[in-house]
Amino acid sequence: MIERNRFMDVLAHTVLILGVMVVAFPVYLTFVASTHTAQEVVQVPMPLWPGEHLLDNYKTALFGDAAKQVSDMAVAHMMWVSLVSALCIAIGKISISLLSAFAIVYFRFPFRMAFFWAVFLTLMLPVEVRIGPTYQVVSDLGMLNTYAGLSVPLIASATATFLFRQFFMTLPDELVEAARMDGAGPMRFFKDMLLPLSTTSMAALFVIQFIYGWNQYLWPLLVTTQENMYPVVVGIKSMIPSGGDAQTEWNLVMATAMLAMIPPALVVMLMQKWFVKGLVDSDK
Amino acid sequence: MSSEKRVVFRATWLPWLLIAPQAAVVAVFFFWPAGQALLQSLQQSDAFGTSVEWVGLENFQHLWNDASYWASFQTTAVFSVLVAGLGLSISLCLAYFADRVVRGTSIYRTLLIWPYAVAPAVAGVVWLFLFSPSIGVVAYGLHHIGFEWDSLLNSHHAMALIVMAAVWKQLSYNFLFFLAGFQSIPKSLIEAAAIDGAGPWRRFWTIQFPLLSPTSFFLLITNITYAFFDTFGIVDAATKGGPGKDTAIMVYKVYFDGFKAMDLGGSAAQSVVLMAIVIVLTVVQFRFVEKKVNY
Repeated sequence: MIERNRFMDVLAHTVLILGVMVVAFPVYLTFVASTHTAQEVVQVPMPLWPGEHLLDNYKTALFGDAAKQVSDMAVAHMMWVSLVSALCIAIGKISISLLSAFAIVYFRFPFRMAFFWAVFLTLMLPVEVRIGPTYQVVSDLGMLNTYAGLSVPLIASATATFLFRQFFMTLPDELVEAARMDGAGPMRFFKDMLLPLSTTSMAALFVIQFIYGWNQYLWPLLVTTQENMYPVVVGIKSMIPSGGDAQTEWNLVMATAMLAMIPPALVVMLMQKWFVKGLVDSDK
Repeated sequence: MSSEKRVVFRATWLPWLLIAPQAAVVAVFFFWPAGQALLQSLQQSDAFGTSVEWVGLENFQHLWNDASYWASFQTTAVFSVLVAGLGLSISLCLAYFADRVVRGTSIYRTLLIWPYAVAPAVAGVVWLFLFSPSIGVVAYGLHHIGFEWDSLLNSHHAMALIVMAAVWKQLSYNFLFFLAGFQSIPKSLIEAAAIDGAGPWRRFWTIQFPLLSPTSFFLLITNITYAFFDTFGIVDAATKGGPGKDTAIMVYKVYFDGFKAMDLGGSAAQSVVLMAIVIVLTVVQFRFVEKKVNY
């Protein structure tokens, strides 16, 4: 604190509280809408306080409604698809990048730098700009509507390799010397020294990549044609018929929106330290 | 890239084995498709994919002469300027105050960072719901104060809708980086200025803002990249590029032309243009990062 300035202190808290409220407002209304019946939600204006149908709505959203065949895609299954593909993307990215960063830093082999730059190039082409041909490749390999199709094309990215390379470069050379003197081979060194030392980086990267994987939209939209392979982010969109507001069961859509937001939001808030580290590291 | 390990392991086949998974994924899902995109951008195929012919740069000429492509280019430009401008100024303001408060910085941080976790498509759905002309609460509120909101018919309103959703989602990212930037400015500088009689406003513009310029520039680039490539979900969920094509940003058009209108050549040419844009943005960003190290 530089000086005492009552006015500035009050102003600061006012602005921040306002900011928090504006940021939270859409999600508050989403939550409110998810606790009313469909009829109550489409009233104008909709109620601004939570209603009594919280459990009903979430149950219907999660497990489907046998009586009405309207929204028979159960969100529980979609969330499972999201979870599996997000985990595959996060773990896949981390493991292949760890291995290749290890190879690049601790070995000398022909085309080493060429490989490094080839990986670097992938930084420049996010999946959004090459959707057409990538879709064809995946479809030719028969990977449409599979977990592999949902996740493998997205693990081709350079950020993680970069991050681990950067980290390995900061480790002292004496580690390798010590390992070699003790007669440890490269894989032993990798397993007993590099892996334990990298856990923080791995955790940070995991948080970022899990959210990245969970929130994918365009790619799953293309490679999934069967409803039982929709991740929740794609599924929620398909619950809104293009016809208009009348046919949409907004209470269920909003319950699904809450369910789609909760896992990544929890990851961010509970693993905040690693999340921040991951953001800062991976954007260098 | 100058620094190298002095001590390395000796092995002949092991490193190849280690890079094999990454190399395979990158080759199959990255270089092959990117090459295909380049090839296809020089070809013209009919809607059923039965015949393909070489057309050279014709697809690019089509784009150049296509008013709707320029319109989408313009839409993207307006969109990204608005997203970056609004997003950066709002989060700069919030970060300034969060850095200033004596107690509660970390609470405010926790309460402000979670929108990062919301998927763009989900953000689009939520904002669509709030601003839906027939049932949206905010639309209703606006109606009450005499403003007729109709994002389904009015393209300015539709643009405002996707900008708000995109800014909302990106706010937490910008906020985190700005807050870290503020916290890294030595307190002694601010104190010295305060002793010399500079008020908060003056100190902000003469000390903090200039010292934040590396952060601001970095965020400017990442926000433009975000607006260009990561907002597809928002656009598709909130406006579907409408009304007409007035909010169809470039990535949306690549998707629409390639997968809905089945114009593969045109879509591939657009992809190539987008690749060029990302490459420029990445190079600018890396150039800048090199500078930041010396800073």
